[in-house]
Amino acid sequence: MSLLHLPWLELSIAIALAGAGAVARMRDSESARRHSVLIKGLILVCTSGAWLDFGLLHVFAAHDRWDVLSSIFGRDVFSIDELSAPLLPLTALLYLATAVATLRTKMRRYSFAGSLVAEGILLATFSCRSPWGVIALLVAGIVPPWLELRSRGQSTRLYTLHMGLFALLLVAGQAIVAGSAAGSSAAGVGAGLLAAAVMIRSGAFPLHVWMPDLFERATFGTALLFVTPMTGAYAALRLVLPIAPTWALETIALLSLFTAVYAAGLALVQREGRRFFCYLFLSHASLVLVGLEIATPIGLAGGLSVWLSIGVGLAGFGLTLRSIEARIGRISLERNHGLSEHTPILAAFFLLTGLASVGFPGTFGFIGTELLVEGVIDVYPLVGMAVVAAAALNSIAVVQTYFRVFAGARHTASISLRGRPQERLAVLTLTGLILGGGLFPQPGIASRYHAAEALLDLRHGPGTSVHVAPDRPDSSPRPAPAAIRLPRAITADPNHPLPDTRLSTSETQGTSYGHNPG
Amino acid sequence: MPVSTSYSLLAGFVLACPFALLALIGLTLLADRPLSERWTARVIQTAVVGGLLASVGVLVLMLATGMRHVSVELGDWVVIPEHQFHFTLKFVFDRLSVPFVILSYSLVGTIGAFANVYLHREPGYNRFFLLYAVFLLGMVVTSLAGTIETLFAGWELVGLSSALLVAFFQERPSPVHHGIRVWSVYRVADAAFLIAAVAMHHMTGAGDFEALMGAGPWPAGEASLTSGQALFIGLLLLVAAAGKSALIPLSGWLPRAMEGPTPSSAVFYGSLSVHLGAFLLLRVSPILQLSGWLCAAVVVLGLTTALFAAVSGRVQTDIKSALALASLTQVGIIVAEIGLGLRYLALIHIIGHACLRTLQLLRAPTLLHDYHSLENAIGGHLPRAASFQDRLLPLWVRPWIYRFALERGFLDALLADWVVRPLLEIFRRLDVWETRWAGILAGRAMSPPHSASRSADALEDML
Repeated sequence: MSLLHLPWLELSIAIALAGAGAVARMRDSESARRHSVLIKGLILVCTSGAWLDFGLLHVFAAHDRWDVLSSIFGRDVFSIDELSAPLLPLTALLYLATAVATLRTKMRRYSFAGSLVAEGILLATFSCRSPWGVIALLVAGIVPPWLELRSRGQSTRLYTLHMGLFALLLVAGQAIVAGSAAGSSAAGVGAGLLAAAVMIRSGAFPLHVWMPDLFERATFGTALLFVTPMTGAYAALRLVLPIAPTWALETIALLSLFTAVYAAGLALVQREGRRFFCYLFLSHASLVLVGLEIATPIGLAGGLSVWLSIGVGLAGFGLTLRSIEARIGRISLERNHGLSEHTPILAAFFLLTGLASVGFPGTFGFIGTELLVEGVIDVYPLVGMAVVAAAALNSIAVVQTYFRVFAGARHTASISLRGRPQERLAVLTLTGLILGGGLFPQPGIASRYHAAEALLDLRHGPGTSVHVAPDRPDSSPRPAPAAIRLPRAITADPNHPLPDTRLSTSETQGTSYGHNPG
Repeated sequence: MPVSTSYSLLAGFVLACPFALLALIGLTLLADRPLSERWTARVIQTAVVGGLLASVGVLVLMLATGMRHVSVELGDWVVIPEHQFHFTLKFVFDRLSVPFVILSYSLVGTIGAFANVYLHREPGYNRFFLLYAVFLLGMVVTSLAGTIETLFAGWELVGLSSALLVAFFQERPSPVHHGIRVWSVYRVADAAFLIAAVAMHHMTGAGDFEALMGAGPWPAGEASLTSGQALFIGLLLLVAAAGKSALIPLSGWLPRAMEGPTPSSAVFYGSLSVHLGAFLLLRVSPILQLSGWLCAAVVVLGLTTALFAAVSGRVQTDIKSALALASLTQVGIIVAEIGLGLRYLALIHIIGHACLRTLQLLRAPTLLHDYHSLENAIGGHLPRAASFQDRLLPLWVRPWIYRFALERGFLDALLADWVVRPLLEIFRRLDVWETRWAGILAGRAMSPPHSASRSADALEDML
């Protein structure tokens, strides 16, 4: 496997864990926050370095130079590939943004050391490709929120039930898969158990009730960071997609479709801010899972793109809600709050991130959603319309909540509720990513498509990804069906309606979005 | 300079102006350094006049060279070569789009000049012009779109700015309530639009209007669909158009949208946004031609809407609602004209109607003021003779029609009782069951309903 220029991956995980130890010893929460922000900034630098380094190498996968763990264990433990390359800096960015945007009122209740440990585990999970390694880290990752629930004196029963089942199914499923021949019925059962585990972690109906419970009981930051990186989807791609029979993938896809619409509808009727966010997220995450499990190149590319867009978009959305909560307490959606006058930047950001997550034009999610819808309707023409229905319901829910929280009343405050500089920084950074990715989506989409191809190669075997017109070389332009193509020249007889004229400022005969018939 | 380069330059300018305007206003607001009123006015003037001149330039060039269809491709925005997936930035200048874009620039410019004075020192001044810029971009992109996705992108931008401007006076609950109503109808219409777009790809393999409807300049064109396919896609697009143009049964939002400030009501619901549905039908008119049932549906919908709006408009008690329903009457007639195959007539009708209605809506506030002065002068209400239709109707039937008109055909109530409320009830019931199930699993008695409890460390609680 190719080598990166520096041990970026191990460095970022080591910094996270060592930093957690250092921050845990600090008594003062303000100083803990400052150090935590610094450490997470360093981690972001390392993970971005890994991404850039990997991008420059132009290979399928790479691992660290001077890899300490591989010399201990005798094989590559951590590596980076097309799938995980953007996920690592995205994770680091989310953790950094959460720490930066933590206001003083939340500082005492939010454990910075705990979040560093969780970040270290998550980065390790995304850097791991071997099934047992991923499983071990997934199980380790469910511990920090459990510890937090205990420390807050909250009931852990629902969480333990579901996450315990998740861990059990993971271990049992992988044990069966590892112990049976590929393609045998026993392997199918094992894959089914793994699929069930993935569905619990991703919150597919009816095993999703742990999620609203977690949001209610834990701190908003912890719950947000536990769900937004979509570890369940990652598990699906690493553990399930390569080996699962088609029926398992179809089951996940259809259940996720149902969950998407179900959660979208529930988001519409919620009366409390955190539960609203939870159901909104659940709906979007289910849509991503649909894209990932229909296992076609376009659908998978769409799912991966939407994963990135909701990772940034919904995390920003959640952070805005968290900031509002820091000001007015738990947000009741039964009445209007009228906060727009006091927090205009947060209001605008709330709307932008909410719309970005439903794939509004101008945001990175637009193309991703188009790909996803196209891919799903390709495979499930009628049922696939549920994707469109879920997106419509979600957009209505987002704007409805926007109006509830930021409009409809005159809020009187005796102190300034305006955004603090650190919040504004987080807002601007995430806005830049959302709009930048929206205006120049090609690099992101191309990278997700390559990752999709690599994943499907793993499933079907190398070089068997489906192409629509394999016998035509890509560089030759395809003549338009009924028009004369005249690049950079016009000839037209004004007395005749045909032929039409075409002025191309590019060489590609890009006729349209969609698949041209062979 | 070769003609093609001139076209590309002018077309680029037409598209760049609203984009640059939005970028400038948006970025200054984001950086918390909003432009002053004077600078906002200047920037808008420059953008609108620039775009207008460029689009007139395209028109002149097209007339001079005798071309009736010019398509400009700005390259592939997104491309996946292995699957022939192209999202091309393609814009088309033809007999439909050029008049529309000139109309858009003219009316939006007029409204900008009006609003600059009308909203002077209004707290939401900057917010208004940000949404105004979004609207302008959406209108230009929709008018010039050469592929159905580009049209959809512009369509959504128009819808967003529209809903947010209805809720412009956001300190009161009622504009906000109506804003979400407008948005909900738009999203349902957009869902139908998206399904139609994806269905079109599946049936024809293209979203490019030229590939879909043949290469002839508008309104000539031959869609490559069967009659059944055309009916399916056409009905979906008709739902989309009905949502945007407030055709029956989705007309309830239009009078409610008058909650927004007068300039936005004028440009959105009087002139441009409300005609977008008709514009969409005009753009896909070759598809309409393929199915007689579809044309019949369009005509029936248009005429019913016109009749309904004509009756309802007569009993409105405020001027903007009356104008909104008058506007809807004309839109209904325009849609019926499109269904009957009268393309040019419909386009001219749109242009004339848009200009008239903008004028009327802008004049509305001062008109009321004038009426009040007149009534003060004569010491009573202005005399009003019964109209021709009123005299035709027997006395006993008038209360029924009055009631019907006042309730706007009971459409809102019907939609609320048969669609919205049952759906929300189902989801609320599911929410309750889910909470109970979670309670059982967590080993506690039935949990209290999830309303927010104020935690002890919110900022405002610390005072």
